[in-house]
Amino acid sequence: MYKLDHTKNIIEVENVSFAYDGKNNVLEHMTLDIHQGDYIGFVGPNGAGKTTLLKVMLKLLIPQKGSVKLFGVDINNFNDWQKIGYVPQKAVNFDANFPANVFEVVMMGRYSNKNFFQKTTSTDVVAVKDALEKVGMWEYKNKLIGDLSGGQQQRIFIARALVNDPEVIFLDEPTTGVDQKTQDSFYALLQKLNKELGITLVLVSHDILRLTREVMHIACVDKTLTCHVSPDEYLRESKSLNVRGEDVKIITHHHHD
Amino acid sequence: MAVIAPAIGIFLVLKRYSLIADTLSHVSLAGIALGLLLGINPILTALGAAVVASLGIERLRTSKKVYGESALALFLSGSLALAVVILSLTHNFNANLFSYLFGSIVTVTATDVWIILALAVIVIGMLGAFYKSLVYVAFDEEAAKVSGVPVRRVNTVLIVLAALTVALAIPIVGVLLIAALIVIPVVTALQLRKSFTVTLIYAEIFSISSVIAGILASFYFNLSTGGTIVLIMLAIFIVTLVLGKK
Repeated sequence: MYKLDHTKNIIEVENVSFAYDGKNNVLEHMTLDIHQGDYIGFVGPNGAGKTTLLKVMLKLLIPQKGSVKLFGVDINNFNDWQKIGYVPQKAVNFDANFPANVFEVVMMGRYSNKNFFQKTTSTDVVAVKDALEKVGMWEYKNKLIGDLSGGQQQRIFIARALVNDPEVIFLDEPTTGVDQKTQDSFYALLQKLNKELGITLVLVSHDILRLTREVMHIACVDKTLTCHVSPDEYLRESKSLNVRGEDVKIITHHHHD
Repeated sequence: MAVIAPAIGIFLVLKRYSLIADTLSHVSLAGIALGLLLGINPILTALGAAVVASLGIERLRTSKKVYGESALALFLSGSLALAVVILSLTHNFNANLFSYLFGSIVTVTATDVWIILALAVIVIGMLGAFYKSLVYVAFDEEAAKVSGVPVRRVNTVLIVLAALTVALAIPIVGVLLIAALIVIPVVTALQLRKSFTVTLIYAEIFSISSVIAGILASFYFNLSTGGTIVLIMLAIFIVTLVLGKK
């Protein structure tokens, strides 16, 4: 495990505004730093811009205003995409009939490293095996991705994100449609990635109560950043406001270590 | 050619682009009509028309001003109209055109063979070069983008390769049946539910064996080559569909 420097910001979002149609801002004056080794959960009501924020950080969406820096480099000049793993919202992106087995899906993560004519090397094979072993799915390597259960598929997508030894992994609603028991082992896996491998995790989720038991920081997203606190503080403040459940809003409260 | 069609087809089918092959073949028809009118080798004009149209379709699609399938419909009907108008200008609905519509090995000239071979080499080379990014983009465009795969360039390469393949298959199967050659072997192989590599290999086997069987049968029984090939492919498809249900 490499040394973590929790004071080092690896993602810096500054004063970002984004609108899909150019008019109605989904994100407005969003400013947020994520430090190395962090485990941060984005919460907020539907349509509040959580996934949009994630996509802005991944350069899948280009904000109209503001800047994003990854590892200290402006996102427009950033080339080190191997340092970043991404687990998309699977329901949106995934075709269950796609003819690919587990090994092939994870190998896809290695494609970017190659010049076009390069063949798959033994290093690639080792990397794929390593990633699949980390998520406990190596014995499924020859199964078709579409034949696995939702929780197993999610592990495969984590393995694909892991295959380049990334420093940070972004996950968008990873536990949607997965039963409680599978969720438990999934979150245990995330804890292992964060604590043992020192990977920074950025997670979007609806399940606020669950998040408060897992993450280091909660970031409330509602167009702008409405809180950035530890789970304890989050729970305390939501109680003091005497509201329960999902749509807890907290007065802006910046907090940094 | 039997090798290339399914290799392109697997990406088109998985990206729900199956109808692009059909559209490009109609565009090629306009190109052929133009070639016949101007007295240029029709394969070359078909090729030019298909490549230009493929870039146009991709442009329209990514601009999001027009839905993907609407862009196809525009090109499909537009090019067919153009072909008909040009042909009415030439007053030349001759046997030559008929052979381009339905394909015939007999009318293929030596020049055609060289053009087809050169194109085949280009298409195979490009496919090999972009294979990995093509697979990734077909499976998960967003994640591929995050991994640094140049998604737009890969999509453009794919559609231009599709255009080349269509133009190069015309003399053999004809304008009307090319889409079948590109799509059916892949759809057949998909019924077997295998990994990507294995699916591609099966598609190749189905394609090559159908083409060879089709050419032989059409030669001995004096049938239309393209039609025979496509019927054999469909027969194989139906067999896998029925067997796959068990």
